[in-house]
Amino acid sequence: MSTKSPVEVKFELSCPTPLPAKDTILLGHGSGGKLSAELIRDVFLPAFRNPVLARLDDQAIVNVNGQRLAITTDSFVVKPRFFPGGDIGSLAVHGTINDLAMGGATPLFLSAAFIIEEGFAMDELRLVVNSLRQAAADAGVDVVTGDTKVVEKGKGDGLFINTTGIGLVPEGVNLSADRACPGDKVLLSGSIGDHGIAILAQREGLEFETLIQSDSAALHTLVAAMLGVTSNGTPDIRCMRDPTRGGVSSTLNEIAERSQVGIELEESSLPIHEEVRGACELLGLDPLYVANEGKLIAIVATEAASAVLQAMRRHPLGAEAQIIGTVKKENPGLVTMRTPLGTTRIVDMLAGDQLPRIC
Amino acid sequence: MKYLDEYRDHRIAWALAAEIRQRTTRPWVLMEICGGQTHTIMRYGIDELLPRGIELVHGPGCPVCVTPLETVDKAIALALRPDVILVSYGDMLRVPGSRSDLFRAKAQGADVRIAYSPIEAVKIAGSNPDRKVVFLAIGFETTAPANAMAAWHARHKGLSNFSMLVSHVLVPPAIRALMVSQTNRVQGFIAPGHVCTVMGCTEYESLVRDFRVPIVVGGFEPVDILEAVLMLVRQLEAGEAKLENQYVRSVSYQGNLPAQQLMAEVFEIADQKWRGIGPIPQSGLRLREEYAAFDANRVFDLGEITVDEPAECISAQVLQGLKKPTDCPAFGMRCTPENPLGAPMVSSEGACAAYYHYRRHSAAS
Repeated sequence: MSTKSPVEVKFELSCPTPLPAKDTILLGHGSGGKLSAELIRDVFLPAFRNPVLARLDDQAIVNVNGQRLAITTDSFVVKPRFFPGGDIGSLAVHGTINDLAMGGATPLFLSAAFIIEEGFAMDELRLVVNSLRQAAADAGVDVVTGDTKVVEKGKGDGLFINTTGIGLVPEGVNLSADRACPGDKVLLSGSIGDHGIAILAQREGLEFETLIQSDSAALHTLVAAMLGVTSNGTPDIRCMRDPTRGGVSSTLNEIAERSQVGIELEESSLPIHEEVRGACELLGLDPLYVANEGKLIAIVATEAASAVLQAMRRHPLGAEAQIIGTVKKENPGLVTMRTPLGTTRIVDMLAGDQLPRIC
Repeated sequence: MKYLDEYRDHRIAWALAAEIRQRTTRPWVLMEICGGQTHTIMRYGIDELLPRGIELVHGPGCPVCVTPLETVDKAIALALRPDVILVSYGDMLRVPGSRSDLFRAKAQGADVRIAYSPIEAVKIAGSNPDRKVVFLAIGFETTAPANAMAAWHARHKGLSNFSMLVSHVLVPPAIRALMVSQTNRVQGFIAPGHVCTVMGCTEYESLVRDFRVPIVVGGFEPVDILEAVLMLVRQLEAGEAKLENQYVRSVSYQGNLPAQQLMAEVFEIADQKWRGIGPIPQSGLRLREEYAAFDANRVFDLGEITVDEPAECISAQVLQGLKKPTDCPAFGMRCTPENPLGAPMVSSEGACAAYYHYRRHSAAS
């Protein structure tokens, strides 16, 4: 294809009108990124304002008759409902247990609520319920109450599950996203991106096959092993978070923001499976933003980091644990990363879901 | 990972950077054309490794950024029709039109679907015979063969419910337009490796000749970019202007001939408007007459969509390499990826988004 001879082109200034204030809910509001944070800040926090909620941790910890009770709730709308390494039933148990565990709580009881679309296959429901039962049994937690709603055909997407969990926080354990201090180490319990890529590979229209399995798992026994290291009751582990929606990046950005510290990651120390790296390269995705369902990030005092890391590696769910970064006082509220070339870049929180690039 | 790790190897990168520093005796302004290259430069901090004299400016090669506002508005208008399924590449969904974007249209009930390949849109048309499926076919020469293939398939399958809203742009006319512009500062180009994988290098020979400007076809990994910069610096310091190919593992001189043939069968060259830049003669592709039945502009009565655009956004200067995103008073303040004033802040390949995501900290300090 050829082009014509040179023509002087007049370059015009042009730019689109800014969009009006957000007046409807977009999918991005559920992405775990900046839009989700805005929604919480602008709608939910002002409505329910109280000091427990204001902590914005994965679970609320409340004092009841001298006992510290952890409570959390989570809804599951995953599509496809069955994926390599798990399904919506086991995920509904793991997700809620993990939110309790990130507060250091021992999970005790779960509720399970099912919103089912008219016409949903009974066999599939049985499979999901059985998987949920098995996951709860494996984790040593009973489902003690529940609810069922059926919505008209076309008014739901097959099946949604909500689970609520309660647990008890042991004496001396005090984990919160506002406790990271300069000098602390950032520990990650294993490879990132497995769950998100396993789900993506199953979705309609993505024509590649992978061996990647979701990492969906209940992390409370790993957490217990880590808390067991803490010496003399000193709070060496400042904070734990499971990097689910929005991935490692969103979780670390929240911690940096809440603690008003900088976090610097070392790119070469990030554990990422080859298959996940390959899939991400192909789709133009960054594994730092891809969801995990069986990994945790811990901010640990530097003097305890090595012992906590060893405890993690002795546990099957922490075998690939790594120290991936350090908390700094510079750049408060920002997460940065040292690249393999020795330069530094920002690891930003995304506005909404990560979108595959055109080319 | 093979073909990646060796092109991200810090020892090779540092050695290349050292040689660039050693060979640079004067300041040079170089432009990487492709948004993918801009992304790599920002992500890996390539500019931090270069001597002060080497200025990298960022070209118009982000397909999402240069897609005209009218096309986005047309796509939204089509998507909102109840009989239409609009299929698009993912990163077009957040691009603001004049009043809305495709994500908002989706929230209003539009059936908008993300595809990784345009062939998926043809499949969707096949399995939804009662709906009209429109594929938003945008991009450079890189996506043109796959988009042409979709139209070709639809025609050979005799699908009557598939059409494409085409907004295709071509790189060489854009380089030509930059070079003839009175304000041009660019002294050497890194040409886009993926475009040249399809089109080959021949089109760039005349640009080198007409403007005596060195052009190096470059890849997308850090070592690729640094090697391409070094090749340009060598030429510039020696007073030469040649076409060279750094991305030899992917680009041949003739390019992908079957892909070019398919493009020529389905598309013809036409005048094209570029968002942020304006109209450039003979710089785009449109469907040929034989494919008129698959041209959404003809299938649907879209009317004339005209748009008014206020001028706070400096994307025109950014896309010509006259200014850096951080020179914009709105950057990071009134213009962010959540509330973009201009398309370069939307796509991950857009220069403004690349600065925002990866380099705000250095811009601030």
